[in-house]
Amino acid sequence: MSANAAAAPEPQGRPTSKTAPGPKAKTASAPRARRQGPIVPASSVSGHTLVMVIAIMTYLAALTAGAVDLVRATAAGWERDIVRETTVQIRPSDGRDMNAAVARVAEIARAAPGVVEVRPYSEAETARLLEPWLGAGLSFSDLPIPRLVVLRLSDDGRFDPAALKAALEREAPGASLDDHRRFLDRLVAMARTLVALGLGVLALVLAATVLSVVFATRGAMAGNRDIVQVLHFVGAKDGYIAGQFQRRFLKLGLKGGLAGGLAAIGTFLLAEMTAEQGVGSAAVDQMDALFGRFQVGPTAYAGVVAIVVLISVLTAVTSRVTVFRTLRALD
Amino acid sequence: MLRFENVGLRYGPGPEVLRDLTFEIESNSFQFLTGPSGAGKTSLLRLLFLALKPTRGLVNIFGRDMATLPKKDLPGLRRRIGVVFQDFRLLDHMTTYENVALPLRVAGRDESSYRAEVVELLGWVGLGERLDALPPVLSGGEKQRAAIARALVARPELLLADEPTGNVDPQLARRILRLFVELHKSGTSVVIATHDIALMDLYDARRLVLHDGRLHIYE
Repeated sequence: MSANAAAAPEPQGRPTSKTAPGPKAKTASAPRARRQGPIVPASSVSGHTLVMVIAIMTYLAALTAGAVDLVRATAAGWERDIVRETTVQIRPSDGRDMNAAVARVAEIARAAPGVVEVRPYSEAETARLLEPWLGAGLSFSDLPIPRLVVLRLSDDGRFDPAALKAALEREAPGASLDDHRRFLDRLVAMARTLVALGLGVLALVLAATVLSVVFATRGAMAGNRDIVQVLHFVGAKDGYIAGQFQRRFLKLGLKGGLAGGLAAIGTFLLAEMTAEQGVGSAAVDQMDALFGRFQVGPTAYAGVVAIVVLISVLTAVTSRVTVFRTLRALD
Repeated sequence: MLRFENVGLRYGPGPEVLRDLTFEIESNSFQFLTGPSGAGKTSLLRLLFLALKPTRGLVNIFGRDMATLPKKDLPGLRRRIGVVFQDFRLLDHMTTYENVALPLRVAGRDESSYRAEVVELLGWVGLGERLDALPPVLSGGEKQRAAIARALVARPELLLADEPTGNVDPQLARRILRLFVELHKSGTSVVIATHDIALMDLYDARRLVLHDGRLHIYE
């Protein structure tokens, strides 16, 4: 070997170790402890985009979960209310003492199992019910107006409509049990269809959320491919590299998820407050009559938390899988 | 330290880009790897830093046969090899100091145990005043030296450099070569891939010449 290279300018300083260029002894010029930055950059354009995608998708999924919970609670309320009540109608006929017939029906109903309260409607009450259609001052002797007995039923299912119907036919002619069964069946079917539709929509929104988050995470990871390669070639273990990305993306997922989840909870609370303030107005009363009081239940809030956790974990796991896939391609 | 026997490499179903390579790299040796563009220098370097596996033949690195080496042992072997990439591959969001310290950081060492070492190494390559600079504001030569410092910091037994003077002026190229010579004198084996004949003429060393996928050795 020649010594041509010796003619080249000297490097600034020399390695102090015999075995390697770096010095072994600490020198006076050693800097103060410096805070090392993260291996995976804390923020980047793709990272911000990912957080926004996660926030928006979490918000939509959480709103859907809240709406489905509301529909489910309303449908359950309808079913419960209808099941709890039934009516006996007594039709007038010539020579029938309606007051005696009402009293007899009430007596039969009280004896029936599963009936917790019997409330015969008096003539005055019946007149009030018909007032919007027939006007005030209704005379029961002029018109054949049927009378009603309302029965409140227990929740335990002991009420047997067929037995009561038979007893009324036998002992109270002109009385008929207004069996809500057909109406109820339709209502229950409609309510269940609504809940099933809601769950279907929720499943679709969740699937869309999962896919968007997976693709957005992969997009954000594509910008970090160089980091994975450099770490790989400086001797980092696969688990170490994956761990660095997983932690960073879990934070991004939580940031976006919490933003979306809190926005959804804020929307629920705002809607509840608005409904509360509007009590008494025609629109809100109509909504109350149809759907019950607008109130998002604890299930919906738990659903929001579950969605935030699911999306954060999904983001972290996707980044981990992408790192391993990149590393597999390198080896 | 490193032995190749009848090694062949092909990408997919294509023709062999490297054929029947048989050579050794001894401990504390210095060699240039050269040849025309497309001769397979980068492929051979990738075999050397364990980024590729040969399609045939035997590769033995640090006494380990690559064919039977479990994947989990690769990071340990990579830490014994320093690589200077042609495009530097510095991480733009990290300072020069953090980039150079990266191999020690990923090895799980505490920062206080290597801080002085890294600072002195950076001083040695002439970057003592650029510790906190981010790569985008470094000149080509500074990036090159930061990449070299990163390859050296873990005290590798073998240093591989891919066109380390490809982006610098002749004066800086001589200075960088001087760094490698110093390193070799301190006990590290060095392989410099280059097609800069002027650079090779500056230092009389073994030459591995790749031509058409075959290797010719000039001791």
